[in-house]
Amino acid sequence: MTKLVTIAVGALLGLGLTGAVVGLVLSLLVILVLGIIVLASGEGVPMIYNIRSLTQRGWTTGVTAAGLALVVCIFAVVLMTTNGVRTTLKATGSSENAKILRKGTQNEIQSGMLPEQLRLLGAAPETAIGKDGHGLASAELVVLIYAVKQNAKSEEDGTNLTVRGVGPLGLELHPPHALDGSMFKAGSSEIMVGKGLVGRYPGARLGEKMHFARRDWNVVGVMDHGGSAYDAEIWGDVDQFEDAFQRRPAFSSVTLKLKDAAALQTLRTRMESDPQLNTLEVKREVDYWSAQSEQLSLFVQYLGLFVAAIFSFGAILGAMITMYAQVAARTREIGTLRALGFQQRAVLVSFVIESVLLALGSAAIGLIGATAAQLLRFSTVNWQTFSEVSFHLHLTPGIVFASIVFAMVMGYAGGLLPALRASRLSIVAATKGG
Amino acid sequence: MSAIIEVRDVKKTYHRGNQPIPVLDGIQLSIEQGAFEALMGPSGSGKTTLLNLIAGIDRPTSGQVIVGGEDITHFSEGDLATWRARHVGFIFQFYNLLPVLTAFQNVELPLLLTKLGKAERQKRVETALRVVGLEDRMHHYPRELSGGQEQRVAIARAIVTDPTILVADEPTGDLDRKSAEEILKLLSLLNTKFNKTIVMVTHDPAAAQAAKIIRRLDKGRLAEETRPSA
Repeated sequence: MTKLVTIAVGALLGLGLTGAVVGLVLSLLVILVLGIIVLASGEGVPMIYNIRSLTQRGWTTGVTAAGLALVVCIFAVVLMTTNGVRTTLKATGSSENAKILRKGTQNEIQSGMLPEQLRLLGAAPETAIGKDGHGLASAELVVLIYAVKQNAKSEEDGTNLTVRGVGPLGLELHPPHALDGSMFKAGSSEIMVGKGLVGRYPGARLGEKMHFARRDWNVVGVMDHGGSAYDAEIWGDVDQFEDAFQRRPAFSSVTLKLKDAAALQTLRTRMESDPQLNTLEVKREVDYWSAQSEQLSLFVQYLGLFVAAIFSFGAILGAMITMYAQVAARTREIGTLRALGFQQRAVLVSFVIESVLLALGSAAIGLIGATAAQLLRFSTVNWQTFSEVSFHLHLTPGIVFASIVFAMVMGYAGGLLPALRASRLSIVAATKGG
Repeated sequence: MSAIIEVRDVKKTYHRGNQPIPVLDGIQLSIEQGAFEALMGPSGSGKTTLLNLIAGIDRPTSGQVIVGGEDITHFSEGDLATWRARHVGFIFQFYNLLPVLTAFQNVELPLLLTKLGKAERQKRVETALRVVGLEDRMHHYPRELSGGQEQRVAIARAIVTDPTILVADEPTGDLDRKSAEEILKLLSLLNTKFNKTIVMVTHDPAAAQAAKIIRRLDKGRLAEETRPSA
C-alpha cells in the first residue's frame, strides 16, 4: 500500500514537473511571438520605463537581485567545478601514449603487473624506440598515502595523496611544463611534488622534507604539469618506492609511447593473443584519465545542479513576489498605459522584459562573484582513485552564456504570472489605483 | 453642428455576487463637435461610468456608444485600445503621470503609438507643453512639479495626439482653488481656441461653470441640462 502511494505521489510529482516545464516552454514561445509583434509594430511600452521603475524601487529590487545573483553564482560555480575536474583529468596524459593496467581494474591503485610484462611491452613492435635503442615504456608504481594538511587541528584533517614511482623514462613520457628545482636522482630519497601540493601539506616545498613510508624524502623539485592531475602527485624513483612500500617486484601500470596512431589497436590484438599479456588491458593514456573524471564530475554536476535547482525555485518565487509587488504598486500606471492605448500584449511583454532585465542585472553580479572564484584553487577526493584531485575554476564563455540563459529563464518564470496579472487589470479600476 | 458623441439607450449593470447593481438606466445623449460639457450628480449617479463608456475604457451592458461616427460598443479589446490611442485624450483626477518618466517623456507616451518619427514627436511634445505653459519644465520629473503643473502635463499628454475628444474625470478634484482655476481656464482655452470637444465629470459646481453645458445625472438617468453661460 505504502509502495503504491509512493509510486502515485512520484507519478503526480513527475507529471506536475513535466507539466510545469512544458507550460513554461509553450508560454515562452507565445511570449516570444507576442514580443516580436509588439516590437515590430512599435507599440511597446518604452523600456526606459521598466529600467527606471526597477532602479527607483531600489530596496525590493536589490533584495531580489541579490537572491538571483547568488543562485546564478552557485550555478556558474557548479559548472566551473565540473569543468575544472574534467579539464584537469582530461588534460592529463598524452594521446601518443598508451596506459596498460591489469584487466578488470578501474585505476592504477587497483592494478598490479610484473616486470616480465614490462619487458614484453617494451619490446613490442608497436612501442616507439628511444634514443638508446630501447622501447619507450615506463613501469610505474602508484600508491596512496594519507597526509595531514598543513596547520590541521587534528589527524583526521587530511586526505589521500598519490605517490607515483617512475623509472628513468618517466619524465620523457610525462614531461612537466616546468620544473622548479631538479629531477630526483635514481636510487636516492629525492622526490618531486606537484605545484598543487606546495604549502598545503607539511614539507611539500622545495628544499623541505616529507615523511611517509617510514622515511624522510627530500623535495628537490616542484613540477608544473599545466593543471593536470599530476600537479597533485608526488613523484620519486620507482625502485626506491617499491622498497619503501614493500611492493617489489610488482608495480601498478606501464605507460608506453606508441610508434604511431594505429599502433594501439595492433598492440591490443597482440596482447590478447599473448598468454603473458592477455590478463592486461590497454587504453590510450588520455582516455584513461578522461574516464577517471566521469564519476566525480557527474556527481559534482548532479549535486550542484540539484542545489542550484532548489535555490532557483526560491529565487523564482522571490522574483515573482517582487514583480507582483511592482504590479500592485504600479496599478495606476498600468491602468494609465492601457487607457492611453497601449495593448494588453504590450503591457504583458513589458513586465516580462522588466523581470528578465532584473534577472540579467543579477546575472552580471552573480558572474562577478563567479569570476572571483577563479582566484581560488579547489581540491576534492576522486572516489574512483581515492586520491586528491586539485583544480582551478575557470569561467569559460560557455559557462557565462549558460548562466545568462539560466538567469533569463528564472526572470521569465518569475515575471510571467505578475505580467499576466498586469495585462489583465481592469482599466477603470486600475486608473483609480484599485 | 453634428454630434461627435452619441449615446443610445445605454444601460450598465454591475454585479456584486449574484446581486445586479444598475448604474446607468437607458441613457440617451448627444454631444456636438466642439462642445464643453460637464457631467454632475451625486456619488453613484453614474456620471463617471458614462464618461468611461464614452472614453472606451468600459463597455455598456446594452445600447450603443458612437464616437466620431464609429460604433465602439462591439470593438474588440485590441481595437478599442487602438481607437483610444487615436481618438481620446484622458485627464484624470490624480494626473496619472508615470513618476519615473520626465514631463517630456510622459507627454510623448501616446505619440509612441503613432507612426511619427522622433523629430516630429519632439516637435509635438514641445508644442503641447508650450500650450499648457510648461515648456521650461519638460525635463522635470512629476515629483519636481506642483499638483497644478502635474495636471497641466497631463493635459499636454491628452492633447498631444490631437484626439477627437477630451475626457476629464474630476480634473480639479485634487487641486487648490488657484490651480483649479488655471486648469479650468486652460480647458476653456482648448475648447474655444482649439475647438476641442471636452466632456468633464465634476462634483464642483464652480468647476462646472467653465463648461458650456452642464448635464446632471441622478440614479443612472439624465435629469436636467443647463447652460451656465446662457
